[in-house]
Amino acid sequence: MLNVIVCIKQVPDPNKLDMVKIHPVTKTIIREGIPLVINPVDKNAIEEALRLREKHGGRVVVLSMGPPQAREACREALAMGADEAILLCDRALAGSDTLATAYALAKAIEKIGKFDLVLCGSETVDGSTGQVPPQLAEFLGVPHVTRARKLEIKDGKALVESVIEHGYRLVEVELPAVISVVKEINTPRIVSAFGLVEAASKKLEVWTAKDIGADPSMIGLEGSPTAVVDVFKKEFKRMGIVLKGDPEEVVKQALDKLHELGVL
Amino acid sequence: MAGEVWVFAEQRNNVIQDVSVELLNPGRKIADELGVNLCSVLLGHNLGNLPDELIEYGADRVYVVEHPLLAIYQSDAYTHVLSELCRRYSPDVLLVGATFIGMDLAPRVAARLRTGLSAHIVGLEVDKETKLLKQIVPGFGGGVMAVVTCPKTKPQMATVRPGVFTKPEKSPGREGEVVKVEVPIDESMIKAKTIKMVQERPAGKQLEEAEVVIGIGMGACNPEIMRHVGELAKILGAAIGGTRPAVDEGYIKEDQMIGVSGKTVRPQLHIALGISGAMQYMTGVMGSKVILSINRDPNAPIFQMSDIGIVGDLKDVLPKLVEELKKRLGV
Repeated sequence: MLNVIVCIKQVPDPNKLDMVKIHPVTKTIIREGIPLVINPVDKNAIEEALRLREKHGGRVVVLSMGPPQAREACREALAMGADEAILLCDRALAGSDTLATAYALAKAIEKIGKFDLVLCGSETVDGSTGQVPPQLAEFLGVPHVTRARKLEIKDGKALVESVIEHGYRLVEVELPAVISVVKEINTPRIVSAFGLVEAASKKLEVWTAKDIGADPSMIGLEGSPTAVVDVFKKEFKRMGIVLKGDPEEVVKQALDKLHELGVL
Repeated sequence: MAGEVWVFAEQRNNVIQDVSVELLNPGRKIADELGVNLCSVLLGHNLGNLPDELIEYGADRVYVVEHPLLAIYQSDAYTHVLSELCRRYSPDVLLVGATFIGMDLAPRVAARLRTGLSAHIVGLEVDKETKLLKQIVPGFGGGVMAVVTCPKTKPQMATVRPGVFTKPEKSPGREGEVVKVEVPIDESMIKAKTIKMVQERPAGKQLEEAEVVIGIGMGACNPEIMRHVGELAKILGAAIGGTRPAVDEGYIKEDQMIGVSGKTVRPQLHIALGISGAMQYMTGVMGSKVILSINRDPNAPIFQMSDIGIVGDLKDVLPKLVEELKKRLGV
């Protein structure tokens, strides 16, 4: 029997990130109109948890932190097959950086109780830091392994292939542990109509910062050691010469131009 | 008096990772502005003359911790030792190269020290008044940049991707101080044990060092097109990288990914094939001298961000490009 907790995040659709705008005066990030989805690699974490449950038995609990609309992400995870979902949702958590987020997730996991494994996606498409899994492990006082592409559980330990440059690191980790996974690990299942129907009757709880007994000085903006002091939109413009027409002809023109620029 | 500026010097098989040397470049600048030492922190076993090498690249002082359990990366032991060093010596700044190992280590150390960690910064400077580090952090796939500080806690930590900064010049015979530090560790603290490192592909630094880099996007993910790409790469001696979708499609490996969550390249020529021009990707190639892009969609944003763009189907254009290059280069 394995008790697995999967941490997921709702993020803007990665194919539409370029729609993000910045308010010229308030400097806040405007993401209205961008569809929200489960962070893609988090689905691989859910999938891996479901496969582990199929093999070893046990329960899969999904945990997310975010605004009320993140219920949708939780609901989707339930439709994939998770047993239960918890959404940490509280204005007091807004503005949390990775450290404050990891702390809050750890407090929620303590409230959930006994676990053998916490699975996460290796990084989110919006922040792309990949910092939360190791930081969460630190707050939980358990070991971590990042970027698992293969994972086997045996005798209270996990044998993990952790992706590194040009290969992998073979890690044997004692459970309980926090493990983040990469896409290579599996192919997430498609949500079926049946799954959606079933999900509607599964437990989806919403917890506040108070529910998890979070120290107010450790969460939100106050609990975040990093501070964003300015934001700006990245502009990226070049010569922009565009060639169209007969492939042979445009290829010649392009190569002439490259030669002129001294790179060929 | 401000604390020192530290750069974590990651070694694998007793070879210092390039990014750890690259970081001595911005590290030097910051240390000079703060009027403090620039230091490397080196963990391993039987490290030989590696500390001297770091001094030749600009470190004023190298903290060395040697132990058999530190020979290869062990997250628990490395976290313990690096955190312990920070507690003893209170550095102001700690920069860590964002290799896969650096990204495993830095967050855990930051959490243990309850300090801030900026991920994958692309620029940094010292604020003239507050003396705080202003770190430029890409977000939302690189389309948005944030200036981040860590005002309340020390060290101010950041990870930096390979290739973002260039290596400093080596000054043979440069003098510095090597400080050997004892930090007690034992087997029992290792809960996540690295059994071995397995190298599956040649460890060339092809992407970061190639003069020509070819980038593969969704539009190039097709076996026939990839055959032409292989030929093109061979003729130009180019390295191949690409976008996240190309990794997901299995046409390139994760460590060939370019962009905010991958590598930063700065070749003479970047050839972007079937890439739309998402900021996530473009951020990783903006240091290229010239960008040539080929895309079927005349409205693809990449054309604005390229020097030369060709609108056309890769299946038609690539064979012609290969043919014409063969002629011109006489191969």
